[in-house]
Amino acid sequence: MAEGMSRKPYLRREGLSWIFRHPRYLRYMTREFSCLFIGGWTLWMVWGLKQLADGPQAWFAFLEYLKSPASIVFQVITLGFAAYHSYTWFKLTPQALPIQIGEDFVPGAAIAGAHFGVWAALSIAVLHLAGAF
Amino acid sequence: MAISNKPIVWGPFAAGGTVTAFLTPVLVLLTLLAAFGHVPDVLAYERLHALLGHWPAKVLAAAVVFLSLWSAAHRLRITCHDLGVRADIAVATLLYAGALAGAAASVLFLARI
Repeated sequence: MAEGMSRKPYLRREGLSWIFRHPRYLRYMTREFSCLFIGGWTLWMVWGLKQLADGPQAWFAFLEYLKSPASIVFQVITLGFAAYHSYTWFKLTPQALPIQIGEDFVPGAAIAGAHFGVWAALSIAVLHLAGAF
Repeated sequence: MAISNKPIVWGPFAAGGTVTAFLTPVLVLLTLLAAFGHVPDVLAYERLHALLGHWPAKVLAAAVVFLSLWSAAHRLRITCHDLGVRADIAVATLLYAGALAGAAASVLFLARI
């Protein structure tokens, strides 16, 4: 109710300590911080597209840059955060996409499970099509 | 922010959250394999250049970039609020503009491939 909002809203002074007050808050912030790594990695890949457009030598330099220790650390952390984002995202699908058949709702575990299954199949398909194995 | 703006920022966030949930881990795995010297065939210059030479692949790549950056920007905006930053209009403008700039850059680079 935006029109009912006070003109002098109460602003609570909050530091960062609330994050550690409950494991649930810490898990929430871990999930939210995944955006830094997913966004950062995506921007890096935009730079990769530039290198690809610039020609074979620039692309080769990009592939070499992927191998630096710092970028390997970044990619490993990104992989962890990205997988955690996927896990939390699919775990929420029963609430986001409830499916009703007749009188009954499809069990949440089935909806989330279907998403996890598609995620696994898609990942294997992408790895296979990319020639990773 | 006016209530009517919400679906416009939230729609791409939800779509991007879904796209990144399905794709980002396996794509990071591909660059990580390359980083460990086991370069997947698709990341060889000729293969990737030929693949992204096709228009459907260009459109798909640009869409993935836009949705990934937008959902990250939106989530970072919320996180800034959670961390006590109350300048929401400035934060939102900066982050959404950054996501759009990144997506625009990807379109320019893809057009040159």
